[in-house]
Amino acid sequence: MGSASHDGWRGFHGDGWRDTIDVGRFIHDNLRPYDGGPEFLAGPTDRTRRIWRQLERMFVEERRRGIYDVDAHTPSTITSHAPGYLDKDHELIVGLQTSAPLRRAIMPNGGLRMVQNGLAAYGYSLDSTVRTIYSQYRKTHNDGVFDAYPEDVKAARRSHLITGLPDAYGRGRIIGDYRRVALYGVDRLIEERARRKATLDHRPSTEDVIRDREELAEQIRALEDLRYMADRYGYDISGPAATGREAIQWLYFAYLGATEEQNGAAMSLGRTSSFVDVFLQRDIEEGTLTEEQAQELVDDFVIKLRIVRFLRTPEYDELFSGDPTWVTEALGGIGCDGRPLVTRTSFRYLQTLYNLGAAPEPNLTVLWSPRLPEGFKRFCAQVSIDTSAIQYENDELIRPAYSDDTAIACCVSAMRVGKDMQFFGARANLAKALLYAINGGRDEITGAQVMPSFPEISDDVLDFDTVLKSYDRTLDWLAETYVDALNVIHYMHDKYAYERLEMALHDYPVHRFMATGIAGLSVAADSLSAIKYAQAKALRNGDGLVVDYAVDGDFPAFGNNDDRADAIAVDLVERFMAKIRRQPTYRKAEPSLSILTITSNIVYGKHTGNTPDGRRAGEPFAPGANPMNGRDRHGLVAAALSVAKLPYRQARDGISLTATVTPDGLGHSREERIGNLAGILDGYTDAGGFHLNVNVLNRATLEDAMAHPDRYPQLTIRVSGYAVNFVRLTREQQQDVISRTFHGSL
Amino acid sequence: MTTTGSLHSWEVSTGVDGPGTRFVAFLAGCPLRCQFCHSPDTWYRRGGHPVTADDLVLSVRRYERFIKVAGGGVTLSGGEPLLQPAFTREVLSRCHEMRLHTALDTSGFLGDRADDELLSAVDLVLLDIKSGDPATYRKVTRTGRLGPTIRFAHRLAEKGISIWVRFVLVPGLTDDPANVDAVAAIAERVPTVERVEVLPFHRMGAPKYEALGLPFPLAGTQPPAVATIERVRGQFHDHGLAVF
Repeated sequence: MGSASHDGWRGFHGDGWRDTIDVGRFIHDNLRPYDGGPEFLAGPTDRTRRIWRQLERMFVEERRRGIYDVDAHTPSTITSHAPGYLDKDHELIVGLQTSAPLRRAIMPNGGLRMVQNGLAAYGYSLDSTVRTIYSQYRKTHNDGVFDAYPEDVKAARRSHLITGLPDAYGRGRIIGDYRRVALYGVDRLIEERARRKATLDHRPSTEDVIRDREELAEQIRALEDLRYMADRYGYDISGPAATGREAIQWLYFAYLGATEEQNGAAMSLGRTSSFVDVFLQRDIEEGTLTEEQAQELVDDFVIKLRIVRFLRTPEYDELFSGDPTWVTEALGGIGCDGRPLVTRTSFRYLQTLYNLGAAPEPNLTVLWSPRLPEGFKRFCAQVSIDTSAIQYENDELIRPAYSDDTAIACCVSAMRVGKDMQFFGARANLAKALLYAINGGRDEITGAQVMPSFPEISDDVLDFDTVLKSYDRTLDWLAETYVDALNVIHYMHDKYAYERLEMALHDYPVHRFMATGIAGLSVAADSLSAIKYAQAKALRNGDGLVVDYAVDGDFPAFGNNDDRADAIAVDLVERFMAKIRRQPTYRKAEPSLSILTITSNIVYGKHTGNTPDGRRAGEPFAPGANPMNGRDRHGLVAAALSVAKLPYRQARDGISLTATVTPDGLGHSREERIGNLAGILDGYTDAGGFHLNVNVLNRATLEDAMAHPDRYPQLTIRVSGYAVNFVRLTREQQQDVISRTFHGSL
Repeated sequence: MTTTGSLHSWEVSTGVDGPGTRFVAFLAGCPLRCQFCHSPDTWYRRGGHPVTADDLVLSVRRYERFIKVAGGGVTLSGGEPLLQPAFTREVLSRCHEMRLHTALDTSGFLGDRADDELLSAVDLVLLDIKSGDPATYRKVTRTGRLGPTIRFAHRLAEKGISIWVRFVLVPGLTDDPANVDAVAAIAERVPTVERVEVLPFHRMGAPKYEALGLPFPLAGTQPPAVATIERVRGQFHDHGLAVF
């Protein structure tokens, strides 16, 4: 080992992480837990303010035009674009995806049509040479998928039974362990990869081994590219970072490299704050850094994370609105040894929401446990009340299921950093599947036979057992067709749009999840409840197709902590997951399931007919695992306890609940509100709830923001699993948010 | 033998009807007809549905753990819970036995119906003082009198029961400075009053009147201006009271 690495590691403790690449171990050995409050934090410097103001002016233009700028000529790679700067002389952390801020890049490996449509939507056209290359010489992921999709998958996709599949864009949801670059330097990582690759030389060249060798070779090449990219910015990242500023810079270069090659649906950051903290605190102790400077570095880093951009199409935006990138960062949590993983830098990350104002990115995610230090709990609650910008996930569920060095990809997908990756699988529409079960596999809107035909239910008044039996068969087919689609997608993604840098920052071999998902859970559960506890009469059109339902009598609805309805939802989750588990998966990925919709609840609803619960055709579903709007009649806690019953073990890719409370709905004074919100989070976590988005807002504020968007450029709200600038949502999406239940006082 | 009461509805809410996150049961039936009432659907006992104390306590139990972890308790509100004193007594006593913090949300007009056993199960009374002046009290409530509320407040103080006074601020009805001072004067003489909550009048109950086919007496009244709220809070503050 050279002297440079010893310099970078001066003063660090422990040995387990030195010879083996193990950042989790490094954090464990060098963690500086902090159990105080936010008193020590520093405000923004003039330099920070100036740079942020410069960007704010550009954001106005970007909102007006849809995108600020795009390079339509250069397919993006780690080294494709010359270095770019916001303000070269004053930036502390450097690096942009292209040679100018907010200039988006094209990444045709995922799919050429996505690039062309994305450009056309904003009045640009693709460079003709690039078009020729990707239509005549170089196949894309998208092309590959459609060569191999079976007919059933195409039909399920066309009818919106399965929507949002990453078959035309980057799958994302892979988190490289970007910290490795800061702790070990690139050379060490290359050396380790080469050693791994060499172990495969002794194995027969079967298909799996050949693929692994090729992937490892690609990973090494990506690391070399990364070193070159940093070099062009004037940094030598071949060895470990020696200061806090370098640690952030190295880490950011690694993340930046990933965003230069992958237009992934979610490009999450990982769990970096307490890692960075070790470096920052060392500088502070050595007298080379002040608190103000430490905060300034974090602020500058977060500015960079806030301007990550991808070129996407209007259809994509309809699914995932507000231009999200899901730069998710997990904060807090408790270590396996019982020490809280809360450090001063956890506070510093949250403080950026004050220093720079509220923003949806990075997607700050607090891993909550009732055992967190009070000072941190209260600060989180305070930030939620002031900004509505953070989300909470249950550390007491995540740690035992994964580890204490686990991060969140996208919204709710937990993965051990650098050890797990997932094949993102969007979601299947459980509510629509119920209608197929009643109609013998025909689509309730078009009448087309989508599933293989089976006898439709001919009863006048629907019988619960009959419907459930038919639904079960429908779900068998859906699970099979769905996982079939995902296997094709991820085979092709690995082949044509492999994440070579992100995978270089994972252990070899990596553990893979096949991450399926469901939408419309509360609609399906309430519909079954209506059939079971009330009289649901099927209303047929001239074609014999059931197109509506007349419900006579009351029925319990999911979201009221009523076991009758909640048990139906629990059963659906268990039932569907059991079916998913039975499917063969590409690369033997471990199947998992999320109950999360992001903003696709609107699109799913739009393409689903009348449902037996009384929901009208086209009406949005509730987001994620939320109860249907207005049906949770006993307040947020009752709704949360219903959702908390959904078994995390059967939905290990996450269960999302979004709640909006009015400030008055948390108490009269600021202090009371802070204490009460922290209490609710304790109670929800204790009850086994997995995820909670907390918005603290008045309906009037949102209505005013719809009328005067210019006055609310930074108004941030949490939608299923991520946050958005409210003013960047479409009108339809804004209406959907406003029509949701606000928990408050009369 | 468990008592049967008439229940309008229940919910679990936070920071509204007492400290923390609470199971709040709204009992049906009220002797007053306050002009600003936002829940005319709780005026009549027959407007609720019968429920035994056993059943209501069972519902509470489903939230017992959450409430204990989050911090909070149980509040009986209404309507007027003291219109059903036996039921109220049984529910509060049993919640108290579960070691949950208990609150009673009342106008105090029927305070005499709360026997000592009932009061021994109450940790906090949310006492609505509708007005500080007997004539205005009558005008606001249309059916009530101020005297019993004052008497009840002093009885609570003797027993050492904490009180949060609640005062609904209605422009043109209760906002007269003299009226506010009178409420403050009542509150400051009761040693166990811990705080005064000034609740600005709002019109969100109007649709309920419409649904019930009742005229909303304050249909033409607007919520108080911020300046008025601040002035009223200041008046309570000047009497040495903690204002929220």
